[in-house]
Amino acid sequence: MIGQALKSREAILAGALILLIIVVESRFSGFAAPGNLAGVFNDTSILIMLALGQTLVILTRCIDLSLASNLALTGMVTAMINSAMPGVPVVALIAIAVALGLLMGAFNGILVWKLDIPPIVVTLGTLTIYRGIIFVVSGGAWVNSHEMSEAYKAIPRFEILSLPVLSWIAIAVIAAFAVGVNRTALGRAFYAVGGNPSAAVYTGINVGKTRFWAFVIAGGLAGLCGYLWVSRYAVAYTDVAGGFELDVVAACVIGGISIAGGLGTVTGAVLGALFLGTIKNALPVVGISPFWQLAISGAAIIIAVAFNARSEHGKGRIILKKAEAHS
Amino acid sequence: MSFTRRFAIATGVAAGMAASLMGSTALAQDNVRIALVAKSLGNGFFEAAARGAEEAAEEVGNAEIIYTGPTSTTAEGQIEVINSLIAQRVDAIAISANDPDAVVPALQKAMQRGITVISWDSGVAPEGREMHLAPSSDELIGQTIIKLAADQLPDGGKVAVLSATSTSTNQNTWIEEMKSVMDQYPDIELVATVYGDDLADKSYRETQGLLQTYPDLDAIIAPTSVGIVAAAQAVQDAGKVGEVNVTGLGLPSEMAGAVESGASKSFAIWNPVDLGYSTAMLAYNLATDQAEAEPGAEISMGRMGTATLDDTNTAAMSEPFTYDSSNIDEFKDIF
Repeated sequence: MIGQALKSREAILAGALILLIIVVESRFSGFAAPGNLAGVFNDTSILIMLALGQTLVILTRCIDLSLASNLALTGMVTAMINSAMPGVPVVALIAIAVALGLLMGAFNGILVWKLDIPPIVVTLGTLTIYRGIIFVVSGGAWVNSHEMSEAYKAIPRFEILSLPVLSWIAIAVIAAFAVGVNRTALGRAFYAVGGNPSAAVYTGINVGKTRFWAFVIAGGLAGLCGYLWVSRYAVAYTDVAGGFELDVVAACVIGGISIAGGLGTVTGAVLGALFLGTIKNALPVVGISPFWQLAISGAAIIIAVAFNARSEHGKGRIILKKAEAHS
Repeated sequence: MSFTRRFAIATGVAAGMAASLMGSTALAQDNVRIALVAKSLGNGFFEAAARGAEEAAEEVGNAEIIYTGPTSTTAEGQIEVINSLIAQRVDAIAISANDPDAVVPALQKAMQRGITVISWDSGVAPEGREMHLAPSSDELIGQTIIKLAADQLPDGGKVAVLSATSTSTNQNTWIEEMKSVMDQYPDIELVATVYGDDLADKSYRETQGLLQTYPDLDAIIAPTSVGIVAAAQAVQDAGKVGEVNVTGLGLPSEMAGAVESGASKSFAIWNPVDLGYSTAMLAYNLATDQAEAEPGAEISMGRMGTATLDDTNTAAMSEPFTYDSSNIDEFKDIF
């Protein structure tokens, strides 16, 4: 049992993450200090939450490319409301952000479920639509930090037990996912739908509806992250989180969430996001030429995927051998 | 603001009415009518430029500014505006073009009718105008950004550059120009150049990296409006306000928060009021034949000095204008 756990994808990834931190520490002393690692975790919080949302979608054999646009639009809307009506409490703004995110996720989900359009096409479309709506609502103008209320900017930065609220929100989301995915009927349904859709139908699971819920949950998280992102960087503009959707998918892939669906864990997604976040935070300090940075993060992704592909392959063979031995 | 705009429109309407009512009376002939064509109406930057042009008109006495432009930033809209200005027989057209080539035929028609045509801010292809006034030159921008950092560091110190993408042409030119004048500041050391790709999160992270790698860093120069805002926020979040000064190129509306918090002591960008003023001055001097637009010519821009034309009849106005806590409130609502 313990041997199996050590061989698992998550254990390998955790080992790689620790190795990465040690390598960075050897080049830049102080990187592995607890305070700095907490900073890295805080910086990666948004990526972790979106990767968890994306994990559900990928588990059901779908993909959501509109998450970053969803985030940017909700962020812009909350910032505009805040600057126009500073009296609206931030809690209400967060509720609006989540509601708006859920709505956009539901729109994706409905198109996938009821019209049966391939998810990559749907979300490629909504990626542009949501991004386009930002231009419409904002007229291309920025919302700047001096136009935002102090409370709006303060919440993610507020420290509880010397950890910012942003980190605590991420921890809460991870905990909710750990319980929800492993212990609820819907959580297990995500695996069933992605693992074998036909079999899932025979067990009474509505495949389309399950996918719909995956999109809705991912959308709601993107909405929440929209507020957190804009408030953290204290600026809302049309290009917020441009290209971030690919980081989210990369985090999932590194974390061993199988693009073919049905395979992957919450721990994997979190570790994948942390791995990518650590690289992003390490590159500026290790003194590697910026011209190489993109290539290096790309290489890290491919290596991680290659590892996953190998471990998946081996596992398949072992199962067959066991089956042979039993018969 | 809205009063100024209404005033400008009213002036324009009044001028049009006067011209149509009186035909070519003595009054219309006395006044040099300069049309200032914006990329679009309702943009604070151009409203401010129009105010500068009005100031120039008052100074010379017998000039009149017609501030106009399309409602959206399209070349088609500007062509319509140019045609109507030709019909009104203005003396000069000064345009900030939405497209350097599309407006050329309409402007050539204007020049054939004896109208002085110049471009400013955003240029027109050389065949479509007599001269172009650029807000600043690469050289002046390079000199300004290092001076901004050096002025706050009388005893010298370490500075780093936060740029946009590593392939951005204007960024790289400005940084090169900056490096070429670094020997004037022997105590200032440039320790690193990093790239934030004009993304708020990457710029923020790169700034965090700079602060960690160089704990004794004194200033960050970001010649990009996304980068400078993100760097100021990162410095603020790291509690390094007062230790690390963020400077570079940014817009007053976007930088007001950073100046207020002290993360940025000063930054620069071209001043639209001065740009409008200089443009009106040049248009006036060319329209009244006090100067001729040809390579090497030196044309007066009133209080802004003289414009020297290069081989393509292009001139740079001045070094970028510096904003700090003393004037940010005045400009943050303008652009």
